[in-house]
Amino acid sequence: MPRINMRQMKDNQSGTIAAVKAGGELGRRIRDMGLVPGTDIKIQGRAPLYDPVALRTRGFTLTLRNREADHIEVEVA
Amino acid sequence: MEATLALAGNPNSGKTTLFNELTGARQHVGNYPGVTVERREGLHAYNGHSFHVVDLPGTYSLTAYSQEEIVARDFLVNGGTATVVNIVDAANLERNLYLSLQLLELGLPVCIALNMIDVAEKRGMIIDTRRLSELLRVPVVATIARTGMGKTDLMAVAAEMAETAVYNEPLRISYGEDLEIALTEMEAEIAAADFLTDTYPPRWIAVKYMENDLQILERGHAADPALSDRLKARVRQVADHLKSTLDTYPEALIADGRYGYIHSILKQGVVTHTHSQDRLYLTDRIDQVLLNRFFGPIIMLTVMLGLYHFTFTYSEVPVGWFESLFGWLAGWTDAALPDGLLKSLLVSGIIEGVGGVLGFVPLILFMFLGIAILEDSGYLARVAFMLDRVFSTFGLHGASVMPFIISGGIAGGCAVPGVMAARTLKSPRERLATLLTVPFMNCGAKLPVLALLIGAFFAHNEAWLMFGFTILSWAGALLVAKLLRSTVLKGEATPFVMELPPYRLPTFKGLAIHTFERVWQYVKKAGTVILGISVLLWAMMTFPGLPDSEKAELEARRTAILESAPPDAVEAVADGNTAALSEPAIRLKERLEALNAARAEARLRHSIAGRIGTALEGVSQWAGFNWRVNIALVGGFAAKEVVVSTLGTAYSLGETDPEEREALSDTLIDAPEWSPLVAISVIVFIMFYAPCFVSVVCIAREAGSWKWGLFSMVFNTVFAFSLAVLVYQVGSLVGG
Repeated sequence: MPRINMRQMKDNQSGTIAAVKAGGELGRRIRDMGLVPGTDIKIQGRAPLYDPVALRTRGFTLTLRNREADHIEVEVA
Repeated sequence: MEATLALAGNPNSGKTTLFNELTGARQHVGNYPGVTVERREGLHAYNGHSFHVVDLPGTYSLTAYSQEEIVARDFLVNGGTATVVNIVDAANLERNLYLSLQLLELGLPVCIALNMIDVAEKRGMIIDTRRLSELLRVPVVATIARTGMGKTDLMAVAAEMAETAVYNEPLRISYGEDLEIALTEMEAEIAAADFLTDTYPPRWIAVKYMENDLQILERGHAADPALSDRLKARVRQVADHLKSTLDTYPEALIADGRYGYIHSILKQGVVTHTHSQDRLYLTDRIDQVLLNRFFGPIIMLTVMLGLYHFTFTYSEVPVGWFESLFGWLAGWTDAALPDGLLKSLLVSGIIEGVGGVLGFVPLILFMFLGIAILEDSGYLARVAFMLDRVFSTFGLHGASVMPFIISGGIAGGCAVPGVMAARTLKSPRERLATLLTVPFMNCGAKLPVLALLIGAFFAHNEAWLMFGFTILSWAGALLVAKLLRSTVLKGEATPFVMELPPYRLPTFKGLAIHTFERVWQYVKKAGTVILGISVLLWAMMTFPGLPDSEKAELEARRTAILESAPPDAVEAVADGNTAALSEPAIRLKERLEALNAARAEARLRHSIAGRIGTALEGVSQWAGFNWRVNIALVGGFAAKEVVVSTLGTAYSLGETDPEEREALSDTLIDAPEWSPLVAISVIVFIMFYAPCFVSVVCIAREAGSWKWGLFSMVFNTVFAFSLAVLVYQVGSLVGG
């Protein structure tokens, strides 16, 4: 399965988180919301100006700025 | 018996709804010391027990990154005997249990309220509460906070826990081989040295060192620097190893471990899905429209205009009641008391001051109600989502838009409710930058001043200039926000890792309590300070009064006027007879009025405010302001519309009603020291200089420190003056 950066994912594309390459507060916030390796996610859409991104995981919807999504690598089908 | 119940849970888990359900109106909202996080507590009576219920701030985790998390954790750890009711959103079980595990790792007496069980069922999730309770080894009660279902069962469980004072062995989660060896060693060392163990469980301390938790590292260093350094060295060793072998961080493995543990529990027959998780729920369908690239912004604009109208149009009626009430009070006092200082203090200091405080109440009430509806329904998070791209460019947050709009982003708002609306912002630096820049917006009180000057000097381009100054206020505010965020409020943007909660109908009870508590807080906390300052400002505009020589001179002029007029005219004017005055009587009346206006001008010039204005003329002339303008600007600190009436007094026109300003407008056009350039310079200064003192009080309160109130006065004035000087000097060069 190819590994891409979350920013490169298209709307409605699904994948599984492979790695979260962020430490400190950003890393903590991302992980606290359940974005840890092995988690299934689906891109729900993007804001009108294409940033931030909304994604669906563990049954709820979460938003991230693109530059924050850059730290997340996703395996896509 | 009496016991403390602490409600802990994620944002949007229905925690506050449960709190309202338990305490009703018997609640108190305050602040935790030193921070701006709201502290809500109340009482609940159950079966002879009296519970002191504390609604902890909603958090996703118990790290030490946000004020909310630190406050919640400190309360839980130091709260001593509190029984913890952990509200868990059943439809969102996995993520909500992440916080539950952290409560259990602390060894707290926890019971779980599995809330919104109906929503979970609708989503096809069947949750076996008994199985969940067995696996977590804590009581689990299914609840629906909105209807009160399960409340009694929950309180029965809590009462039993409080009575038996259960002590839970701290939960031990295995974090994998790489960490466990180090954690076990560290735990042993911590336990042997009794390192912070009077407050926290030893393993928890070891885990927090591993997570690089700043608060615990600091406390550890204070307690035993040598041991703290040894622990840190061990963590560094593990971290280096993880970085080189797995390219990951210890705290990442800890989060993995917790989610892994949750996963293993849920797999053991806790949740059964009756249909696919991927189907679209109502919320998703609504979002397809509300977040649509094309319709989303249009709907958002409509909603914001609606909120704006709701706040400012519908509050006009009660604002009008307050105005007539205080107008009547002032009139009654005016008639009942003899002229003098006492009357002036009562009318201009106290009645206007109290009226000023209460005049904002309807605005604040409508604003909080409107925002509460948007927030509780889940739409505010969508607004932040759609606008974040714009606002984050300037170091702000998508949610900053509400305070800006309410403060006058659409000309005519008010910075007082605007500053308070910044409460919806959870990221501290973005919030401060918002608080400090919203007063730049063209609030309703600046409009009469702008209208006066634009009307006098640019009568043909009124609409365009008004629009231009609205754009200028936005540009100024956003650029200053950027400036602040790169200097005094420097720091990384707070991550925009935010939940878009499902749309929910707000509950009436929640809205009513929410709105009422905040308005009451304003009246109680801000009101007293505002009244005090209003009296102080009255004194500044009144004292020390005219010197005796000038008093005598004015009196002599009055006598001369009266003596030169025919006696019957004097009598007619003295009678206050307004109908059918004779020609000489009308002339006499006019001359007396002119003299009164001259006296008012002289008094103002001799007052403290007047002296400040005169003393500043040397500096202010750089921007083209004479002493009369200076005095008016000092007066504008009380409220921006006061600039008009003070300017009227300073130009010997008597009190000028901000709504009837033709005479003043004509005077300014004829005055040699005024020109279109001076008008623009004054307008620019008024837009950006120190916020009115009511806003300053609110900024200080919302920022949690007077330092920021003072900052906004000094910084804004310097900034506005620099702009005004720039406008005037460049304009003079180009034009002259």
